[in-house]
Amino acid sequence: MKVLVAVKRVVDYNVKVRAKADGSDVDLNNVKMAINPFCEIGVEEAVRLKEAGTASEVIAVSVGDKSCQEQIRTALALGADRGIQVETDGNVEPLVVAKLLKGVVDKEEPALVILGKQSIDGDNNQTGQMLAALAGMGQGTFASEVAIDGDKVKVTREVDGGLQTVSLNLPAVVTTDLRLNEPRYASLPNIMKAKKKPLDVYTPEDLGVTVTTHLTQLKVKPPAERQAGIKVESVDELVDKLKNEAKVIS
Amino acid sequence: MSTLVIAEHDNASLKGTTLNAVAAAQALGADIDILVAGGSCDGAAQAAAAVPGIGKVLVADNAAYEHQLAENISLLVAEVGAAYDNIVAPATANCKNFMPRVAALLDVAQISDITAVDSADTFERPIYAGNVIATVQSADAKKVITVRTTAFDAVASEGGSATVEACGAVHDAGISAFVGEEVAVSDRPELTSADVVISGGRGMQNGENFKLLEGIADKLGAAIGASRAAVDAGFVPNDMQVGQTGKIVAPDLYIAVGISGAIQHLAGMKDSKVIVAINKDEDAPIFQVADYGLVADLFDALPELESKI
Repeated sequence: MKVLVAVKRVVDYNVKVRAKADGSDVDLNNVKMAINPFCEIGVEEAVRLKEAGTASEVIAVSVGDKSCQEQIRTALALGADRGIQVETDGNVEPLVVAKLLKGVVDKEEPALVILGKQSIDGDNNQTGQMLAALAGMGQGTFASEVAIDGDKVKVTREVDGGLQTVSLNLPAVVTTDLRLNEPRYASLPNIMKAKKKPLDVYTPEDLGVTVTTHLTQLKVKPPAERQAGIKVESVDELVDKLKNEAKVIS
Repeated sequence: MSTLVIAEHDNASLKGTTLNAVAAAQALGADIDILVAGGSCDGAAQAAAAVPGIGKVLVADNAAYEHQLAENISLLVAEVGAAYDNIVAPATANCKNFMPRVAALLDVAQISDITAVDSADTFERPIYAGNVIATVQSADAKKVITVRTTAFDAVASEGGSATVEACGAVHDAGISAFVGEEVAVSDRPELTSADVVISGGRGMQNGENFKLLEGIADKLGAAIGASRAAVDAGFVPNDMQVGQTGKIVAPDLYIAVGISGAIQHLAGMKDSKVIVAINKDEDAPIFQVADYGLVADLFDALPELESKI
């Protein structure tokens, strides 16, 4: 069984991103880039399926300009077998990414596609669901457990108030949540080996997709600041303030 | 102009988040209908009909929709939504699951997690874990929108008398099935709708120590939450996580205990009316957003607080 895992190049999660002073865009000059944390969990899950003998091949795919090959190499160092880059000018919208991934799915015919539930830049939480819709596949979003069961996959999902388990016909789409697994670190020998693994590049035209723009970012601004309040000296003072000043407890 | 709001419900009743989504829909300035898709969902449909200012409540009552399977619901919403200019849903785990699927079926973008409506085609939404608010303009004729519920005050739940009518074909994609669910049974309110939330962070040291929050939560009628650090450390389950990748809450009172205040946590709670922080590190960033900060060891402060409220 072939597993396709999508990875996105994003600002490292430790970087505090700010809006530019003129509000034109976020300031991404000289910031550290990394694989999106949820995508990393996706790669780990795919590699574990291969190590368990369930998956025969793991393909890492990314959509973006040439720099995203770095994140594909990271996925290869973590254990993916080969990579695919779909070449676009910078970031494209989730709907277009989903169409491009659908093109890759049509070429590769994986039994399972794993994506992160959202990327930590746009915070859209859309691409996996959109891909599933376009490919006519079932979806197990926000997964905390994935179990292949013959021609089906059982996915335990993080939902409001608890967990839900669904059974999906394969091929299917899974999007990862935090508790699915804890990704490994790539070893130096594996990083070296990853440089020699195959990496194909497609254009949107190769996949029969036209890149369209549906949403335009007009401006950005910092979030409303909250003023710091006061420090209280004791629990007694805290209780007094909450009762008599804020009046939020009685 | 017309807007279809997708109801969040548990079949028997309407969830409060639906009322926040209706508020966002009102800001779009169009006529509003509500779609209730479920199984044996008459209770929820009647509750939706009581919401003031609604044209009609469309009900799709079928076993295929009982567990909100995205594969089935999305086909229904795409069909029923075809007649509307806007399709709006609260950004709950459930609606986040099927709404992008709806957008893809309609070949339009989804505008996720909006926090403000600037005009009929221009919206604000947080990006980069809430560090930045982006203003985006949609070029699509039909808009698929999810709403950050804490950014819109709920409309009234009573006083309306909308007509209720059945709608839509039965869509069963036949590619997914509901197996089961483990819903945490609790006498406490739900995190996202609680008036008071008390959350623990890495400073709690282990899951066992979250018991220290329970007595206080019981006295205040509070829900219990956690920071991502506490979830990552395995102290508590992920459904308790408050933050950009967890639940977004805005209670009247939020008590952060042993939480340093990482931006991704602040993004999930900084719209709370009153914030209390208890942390032994006086330089913790959480104090920069707290109305009342107490620099103390939580293991001393929590039992004392419980005894004094």
